[in-house]
Amino acid sequence: MKIKLALSWLIIMSLWVIIGPWLSSQQPDFIHWDAMAQAPGSQFWFGTDVMGRDLYVRTLLGGRLSLLVALVATCMSLLIGVSYGLLSGYLGGRTDRFMMRFLDVLYALPFLFLVILLLVFFGQHMILLFIAIGGYIWLDTARIVRGQTLVLKKQAYVEAAQAMGQSTTRILSRHILPNLRGVVIVYATLTIPQVILIESFISFLGLGVQEPNTSWGTLVSEGVDNLQTAPWSLWIPGAFLSLTLMAFNLLGDGLRDYWDPKRLRPR
Amino acid sequence: MIRLLWQRLLWAIPVLWLVLTITFVLLRVAPGGPFDSERQLTAEAAAQIAAKYQLDQPVMVQYGSYLVQVLQGDLGPSFQYPDQTVNELIAYGLPISATLGIWALLLALLIGLPLGVLAAQRADKPTDFLIGITAVFGISVPNFVIGPLLILALAVYWPLLPVGGWNGGQMNHLVLPVITLALPFIAYITRLFRGALLEELQKPYITTARAKGCSESRVLWMHAFKPAMLPVVSFLGPASVGLITGSVVVEQIFGLPGMGRYFVQGALNRDYTLVLGVVLVVALLMLIMNTLADALYRWLDPRAGEQR
Repeated sequence: MKIKLALSWLIIMSLWVIIGPWLSSQQPDFIHWDAMAQAPGSQFWFGTDVMGRDLYVRTLLGGRLSLLVALVATCMSLLIGVSYGLLSGYLGGRTDRFMMRFLDVLYALPFLFLVILLLVFFGQHMILLFIAIGGYIWLDTARIVRGQTLVLKKQAYVEAAQAMGQSTTRILSRHILPNLRGVVIVYATLTIPQVILIESFISFLGLGVQEPNTSWGTLVSEGVDNLQTAPWSLWIPGAFLSLTLMAFNLLGDGLRDYWDPKRLRPR
Repeated sequence: MIRLLWQRLLWAIPVLWLVLTITFVLLRVAPGGPFDSERQLTAEAAAQIAAKYQLDQPVMVQYGSYLVQVLQGDLGPSFQYPDQTVNELIAYGLPISATLGIWALLLALLIGLPLGVLAAQRADKPTDFLIGITAVFGISVPNFVIGPLLILALAVYWPLLPVGGWNGGQMNHLVLPVITLALPFIAYITRLFRGALLEELQKPYITTARAKGCSESRVLWMHAFKPAMLPVVSFLGPASVGLITGSVVVEQIFGLPGMGRYFVQGALNRDYTLVLGVVLVVALLMLIMNTLADALYRWLDPRAGEQR
């Protein structure tokens, strides 16, 4: 039930966000001098902001960007996190201890503050935003993957493969990686909303996505500035953002319950 | 316990040093200086300012002298607020952020724990379902959406509370920011505690207690409560980090002059010393909170210390 509800919103929303802007007759940057801060109606489905720009198209475009950031940063997090966790867990011993210590140090850093600094000082490029968020979010993935690898590596089939003299690369890619699939998918689903939240958080502070691009965080922050004259410019993008985050969280929860009813616990 | 504190203290030194170095490097590598925005200075005045803030020295010398300064507890003068030192600015902003954070944490525990108990008692019944859905809602709706909506509802349409501002920390100015900051943590603690309680209630010792004729409430409060607190306690470390970052946004929304505001302003203005100072203080706070959470955990569960 939860999964179905969440998936249907995510699918509808993604299609809407991707196709919607092409189907609409409105332009995201066109300023309607005669229709500033207009409430939602038949011409402007989501109303206009105080500058007279159509909010419908802007909300959808903002969604495109938020989803894009989420996708790229999550892929980065998976790539780094899975390989780091896999190596650390499988190699074990001193390497493992060293790699985990390193992770501990990274955990202790006030990362979000550093990400903000990075963005402020080196200009708010999109690519930098991707790298900054992706470079921060992989820590959890690495820990979880390591924990699972520790459990999997003691399984009989892995020992059998080792006894048969298979190479480490082959064991990792053929035996361990496929069995990590469930955990990785669950945590990827839970990483996506975190990324979207971080991106919109940074954009809300005015430090993330810049004009002419927009994201849900930017839209919400513009909405906050015009809370009294145009409340819809706050709650419509806010609702899109919240519903999407909620759908991902529900999906992650649902998948976790579905996949491993009794979670394999490391340590 | 003493050993734990020692370990943490030793651990704190490299972490803080790393934080300091990373921020220092970032700040110096970044294009644009702190005095770029002001009107064109004469070469002489520029040199004078540079000399005053030691910007004319080689970077390594600046780094060294800053390090020595920080070790003496002095975070230096602010670049943007020339009459004030970073120490003064932080001393002014930190209590405000701390007040927010402490109230929010208290609120999260005071509401989250009872809700968790309620949900666990009525597991898989409508009450539980309702609490579960509300909790997902609370976790998912970002505080920068909830905060302004609360302002709109409780300060604009129905003017019960002030829109924002600090006003010397009067209670009515605190209500909305604290609620906004606390909401996701209330939701999180509710879920966490519900899950932990349910897991605990299935264990054999609970069956024993029930078999001996303990009442359900005694089983819950005297037996299951303490072990079920463990996940909540270990969440307190990350939670405090979340509270610190959350308060950056909340201070922005409600116009509170806390540390988060100084950080955002400082970063935008390239106020090197202020930004460095705030990041250091935040890192220190994170370390302290994590240590406290660990100490509390070991106090609740003495086995935790022996395993490592």
